[in-house]
Amino acid sequence: MKYIGEHLLPGQLGHFFILLALVSSLVAMIAFFKATNAADPADERSWKKLGRISFGLNAISILTVFGLLVYILASHKFEYYYAWNHSSRDMNPEYLLAALWEGQEGSFLLWSFWYVVIGLYFIFKRTKWEAPVMTVLALAQICLATMVLGIYFGDTMIGSNPFLLVREKFADAPVFSRPDYLSLPQMQDGQGLNQLLQNYWMVIHPPVLFLGFAATLIPFAYAIAGLWKKDFAGWTRESLPYSLFSAGILGLGIMMGAAWAYESLTFGGYWAWDPVENASLVPWLILVAGLHTQVIFNATGHSLRATYLFYLLGFIMIVFSTFLTRSGVLGDSSVHSFTDLGMNTQLLLFLLIFTIPSLALFGLRFKSIPHIAKEEETSSREFWMFIGSLVLFLSAAVITWQNSFNPIYNKITGQNTAAPEDIEFSYNKIQIFVAIVIAILTSIAQYLKYKKTAGGWVKKIAIPTLIAALICVVYFLVSGLDYDKKGIGFQIALYLAFVASVYSLVANASFIWIGLNGKLKAAGGSITHVGFALSLVGILISASNRSVLSFNTTGINLKWDERSKEKPLENLTLIKGVPTDMGKYMATFVNADSTNKNGNISYYRIDMMRKDSLENFSLYPNLIRNTKGMEGFSNNPDSRHYWNRDIFSYITYAADMDNRDDTAQFKKYTVNVKDTVYYSNGFFTLNSVVPNPNNKKYQFLPTDTALMADITVFSKEGTRYTAQPVFYVKGNEARFMVDTVFAQNIAIAFSRVLENQKIELQVKESNRMVPFVALKVYEFPHINLLWLGIIIMTVGFGVSMVYRSKQGRLKAVNKI
Amino acid sequence: MKKTHIIILIFIAVAIAVLISFMGDLTTYDTVASARQKEGKFVHLIAKLDKNQPVEYDPIKNPNYMRFVAIDTLGHSTPVIYHNAKPTDFEKSERLVLKGSMKAGTFECDEMLMKCPSKYKDDVEANKNNLSSN
Repeated sequence: MKYIGEHLLPGQLGHFFILLALVSSLVAMIAFFKATNAADPADERSWKKLGRISFGLNAISILTVFGLLVYILASHKFEYYYAWNHSSRDMNPEYLLAALWEGQEGSFLLWSFWYVVIGLYFIFKRTKWEAPVMTVLALAQICLATMVLGIYFGDTMIGSNPFLLVREKFADAPVFSRPDYLSLPQMQDGQGLNQLLQNYWMVIHPPVLFLGFAATLIPFAYAIAGLWKKDFAGWTRESLPYSLFSAGILGLGIMMGAAWAYESLTFGGYWAWDPVENASLVPWLILVAGLHTQVIFNATGHSLRATYLFYLLGFIMIVFSTFLTRSGVLGDSSVHSFTDLGMNTQLLLFLLIFTIPSLALFGLRFKSIPHIAKEEETSSREFWMFIGSLVLFLSAAVITWQNSFNPIYNKITGQNTAAPEDIEFSYNKIQIFVAIVIAILTSIAQYLKYKKTAGGWVKKIAIPTLIAALICVVYFLVSGLDYDKKGIGFQIALYLAFVASVYSLVANASFIWIGLNGKLKAAGGSITHVGFALSLVGILISASNRSVLSFNTTGINLKWDERSKEKPLENLTLIKGVPTDMGKYMATFVNADSTNKNGNISYYRIDMMRKDSLENFSLYPNLIRNTKGMEGFSNNPDSRHYWNRDIFSYITYAADMDNRDDTAQFKKYTVNVKDTVYYSNGFFTLNSVVPNPNNKKYQFLPTDTALMADITVFSKEGTRYTAQPVFYVKGNEARFMVDTVFAQNIAIAFSRVLENQKIELQVKESNRMVPFVALKVYEFPHINLLWLGIIIMTVGFGVSMVYRSKQGRLKAVNKI
Repeated sequence: MKKTHIIILIFIAVAIAVLISFMGDLTTYDTVASARQKEGKFVHLIAKLDKNQPVEYDPIKNPNYMRFVAIDTLGHSTPVIYHNAKPTDFEKSERLVLKGSMKAGTFECDEMLMKCPSKYKDDVEANKNNLSSN
């Protein structure tokens, strides 16, 4: 059949370039492989030349594929499944890139894109390690290209083609029997980007994270190159800046995800020990361990074997995390893994291709890797740095075990084990000790010298120790750490971790002057440690002293079931316009408003007023109606930021969320003064009819024509309420104002004045009448320390990188 | 033996101890019947909402109390009490993972995971339905 209006050229071009990317990376790998193994320099040169040309071709192909996909999304070519599934016409153009990497295919391309950048950099850099490093990189490019290949071999699909058409994806759907199917309304617009992902973090977090993922390949490739060429120690200086770069960027990318989670998802925090978060944290921990052993080796000649192991495992864990998050084995245990595309076998192969040969090579060459038989002195810096690396590595190993035990064990044995009762605590109770040990080691180790330390270091560290102790004592007197839900043992551990972190912070900051005479350029390590310690302090304070402001203290007409007392009653109901007690604040739900052009985001304005001062502010937590054919809402929190704390709120329930229509009708009653009318939960009495009322609620003048019915409502529970509906005449027209007793869900209107002193009242009862929201409000104290710490840490990595790359060049010059 | 080796051995011993204690903390996925047998023990109950029974939730009275009936794939059902806000579109959930324990015939749920057409994952089938139903 000939379909009308399809633009098939971009897709055909795209698929061609995907194939070209695969073939060119294959050629590049073979050529660089040959160049690495070539004995004759002329041979090596010609192979290298071929490798560079093919990699250039690969770069052009990946960039073209990227560009074509952007074009398809930007020009709304909805005949393509990728555009139809991930974008829509009303989507903000700035989310175009977010739509690009919403799908698996796009995120693989993003990853591949970074390899293009890194590979071109290495080619232009002309290092002697180019050929072996590029061989490994080209292998990664091959694996990534197969992920987006979309070719069938027999019944097995290899990769998922981003240029697939909708009619190919849903070949059996009846609409495609029409040649003009593109003119049908359902093909005029796409499904849109997942509403939760329409967030600026979605634009910046994935590129940074994937750059971090991609960069971990560099130390891996250098380690492979060292083993391969049997030049075991030749790469460790040259590659140190790259290792620093990948650790810095990966750390930043992970924490950007944490910031996103905190800002717009409702984990109620920034870290949930979710399998996806863990999967990217583990390679970072291993990489940081490797970084330290690499520094040890460069300074003393110790720990080279450990450096190899850590760098190999660092990238292997990246691929393992890719397997975990994209294969669907995590199943229900994670909220944000990718959709299973049925590529499990392929992902497993990707993992094995990088795991088995690299570890086999490591095992084979292990004996020949140089090491110093004589042991490190206990007083040496390298001894304690090595212990620190070991702790980081074991921490990563334990997290990996906890993270992947259940899905893999259940898959293999068919058992039904599940996560522990308190998942976060099962991690926290272990990692808190890791934090303590690491923080103490980072404080002390720098004051020690490589090889052997003389006695003087204790004097140097005395002042920072005193300052840190003083800070801790003051903080504990003023505030302390309140978290005692897990018993005194864990609370003591929290205190210890706090002391250790403050110590690390002060000791590292002081070291810049005590040990390095204030040379900031050389202080990258100390700066990074300061940032890390500051983050730990921020985490400890904000998590331990997080307080719930929305404790349901008074509420309106609340009937508690007695069993609920010891439960966390963290949701407070706010009825529109009624100021409600919320700890230090009076909170008022003012209105709900939708301001975006689709009308699918409702902002709830909550006015907060401090009781002890005149400070006033509004929070706008919002609800986003889900797109893409999914039911329900996503709640998006809003925070008020102070320098020392955040007030964090999100909607847990809103009256208009269920979208049921209010079907209740007004019922008419004719009443006299002193008459009583019954309703489902009690009765009310008309006390009097007041002409031209002038009170808090109504200000009528004696010249107006207005009547107010003064009514007392008696509920079954024995509570009394006042209702004052008004009937008035304005501009020769009779009007009335309804008065609502929200607590009883009744609305009363004074609709007519009848003969014989009688009036007509209309009464509506409805459980849908009261506009209200239930919300949670938390206070996170000193959360800014965490974000500031992360920024300082990233800066520290950058400073180190610059310093180490200069050092590397200097050493190279000296050698010649 | 070197100090480093001793320290490595100590660390490995600690790590193994930690992991064994982790294994002890692991819980299980259960059905209503097996959760009844483990009364008072923390389990993950896999069930779905019995849509023939009412869901009690009145946020005006108490936003932290909801009660409903869950039914598992074997057809056994149990009342569930959940002391928290009702999740959005609870009624439309396809499957529930209820974390909590059975107490006197009622499942006291501490935490609930809903398997809705997910917020985070694309639901290809739902999209396909969009294609045909319009």
